[in-house]
Amino acid sequence: MSSYLHHPDRVAALVQDDRVHRDLYLSEEIFALEQEHLFANIWIYLGHASQVPEPGDFVAQDIAGRPLLMVRQPDGAVHVMYNRCAHKGTQLVTDECGNAGRFFRCPYHAWTYKLDGAPLGVPLKSGYEGTQLRACDSGQGLSVVKHVKVYRDFVFVRLADSGPSFEDYFGEVLGAIDNMVDRSPEGKLTVGGGVLRNIVHCNWKMYLENINDTVHPMSTHESATKAAEALWEGHAPSDPKPMAMEQILPFGSGYEFFDKMGGRVFANGHSVLGVNFSIHSNYAQLPEYEAAMRSAHGEERAAEILQRSPQNSVFYPSLSVKGSPQAIRVIRPLAANRTLIEAWSFRAAGAPALLFERAMSYNRLVFSPMSVVAHDDVHLFESIQQGLRAGGNEWVSLHRNYDPAELTQPTLTTNGTNELLMRNQFRAWAKSMVAGMEAAA
Amino acid sequence: MNRDPRDFVAHEAALLDERRFDDWLALFAGDGHYWVPLLGVAQADPFSHNSLAYEDRLLLQLRVDRLKNPRAHSQHPASHCQHVLQPLRIEEETSDAVRLRTPFLYIEARGESQVLLTGTARHHLVRTSTGWAIREKRIDLLNAARALPAIQLFI
Repeated sequence: MSSYLHHPDRVAALVQDDRVHRDLYLSEEIFALEQEHLFANIWIYLGHASQVPEPGDFVAQDIAGRPLLMVRQPDGAVHVMYNRCAHKGTQLVTDECGNAGRFFRCPYHAWTYKLDGAPLGVPLKSGYEGTQLRACDSGQGLSVVKHVKVYRDFVFVRLADSGPSFEDYFGEVLGAIDNMVDRSPEGKLTVGGGVLRNIVHCNWKMYLENINDTVHPMSTHESATKAAEALWEGHAPSDPKPMAMEQILPFGSGYEFFDKMGGRVFANGHSVLGVNFSIHSNYAQLPEYEAAMRSAHGEERAAEILQRSPQNSVFYPSLSVKGSPQAIRVIRPLAANRTLIEAWSFRAAGAPALLFERAMSYNRLVFSPMSVVAHDDVHLFESIQQGLRAGGNEWVSLHRNYDPAELTQPTLTTNGTNELLMRNQFRAWAKSMVAGMEAAA
Repeated sequence: MNRDPRDFVAHEAALLDERRFDDWLALFAGDGHYWVPLLGVAQADPFSHNSLAYEDRLLLQLRVDRLKNPRAHSQHPASHCQHVLQPLRIEEETSDAVRLRTPFLYIEARGESQVLLTGTARHHLVRTSTGWAIREKRIDLLNAARALPAIQLFI
């Protein structure tokens, strides 16, 4: 059995030009190395600033297996600290969100901290006189995450001290967040309606690949789309559709539709699927909203923003954005064979309630644990996780539309069914893993 | 049939447990809804906060028809469910409508795996010429907002 620890060459060899090795999905050792060298070394989505509107508001969220706290400061800034008392390691909060008041107080021995993590007080202070506590990490207060970026209220962290800057890491794909935020005439989004959380028994990379997979809908979603089509039969194409029909029917579009929607890859694994159009392009028009957009952004810019409605924009490896409907998915890897998927909906300030309704409806129909569309996806991911244990072939094919010229082009626009979007993810995976492992060596 | 609304709830659950989904769907009024709020009992309405499911008859029909399709991949093997109902309580009763609450355990089994859920079902029934019909079936799960695996049938 090969061991990957201390062998970046073996890790790199799992990703070939046009195929990847099954150990990427199956190996617990690889998952442990990902926690150490992938998720900690690049920029991961933590949460949205609107989850912590008031000073003292916090959200507790694990990233790369480490417990973190995102906290709104009295001056309005958003800080991120480790959720670990400087004394013995108790988590300062165990609620997933809440308000700490003016300071954090450890429930174990009552050590207290300011909202930015600075030490405030300890009981029986005199017992520490003449000790080295002040010189020790334990006397410095909470450990703070130094690399935090709040980009238009989307909060990202990089846990490692070194690594790419936020702008260098994401580059052009940030336009997808801009587009989603600019869809608010006031340039402001807030999360709304809660979060739908799914546990899927598959490797996180499988889920992320599928976000870029346009060849599966016809076969995978046949049961849901055929049922929808049969129910909608007899209606003229111009008949106004109930929102659920408007959102489900396009999943049944043919191969040609998905191929022509186009895709674009960027350096570091990011991508936009549906650069020309997408299954979200034909939602009913809202004249009042469009008028508000025109007065906010001007005629030309408003048209540009609204016309752009990609299928998915992937901020590798943790976030997938849908500008229309205003929804995101967050990928939270838990183990080699277990992934938590969150689906969040947004309200756009200055936009009609119908937009928020669309986001909630889409998430409910497509990403809820009781989804009518996703059951078949989830079943197939879990099936792959089992199927890959088979003997014989140890490789997963990513050959579709492979062209050696793509290896030298960090940014490329291509047809929508090209597996380049997935190859691009794995190339970024190998690059970050190897860089992290070599830096640690 | 179903004169006593208390019998209705047991009958409704039995139809689901027997996978008689068409018969089950026929119990809903034309404007009937099936609702599983994401906040459980704390949720006031299906519009200001999201739900695990909020479906009218059209969507329920879509679900039922999908389950019949041989290419409903997630139904190989098929899911089966069991509702274990506690004694129900009448919350409100008028001459032509009744509201009932029934604490339950729900087990959905498929292949080697089982999902166990618990909560309270709240039925709002209206009297029709042929018996009671469901205006709303609301499921308040104990742990609705936690991460859940796929729930494929009807709680």
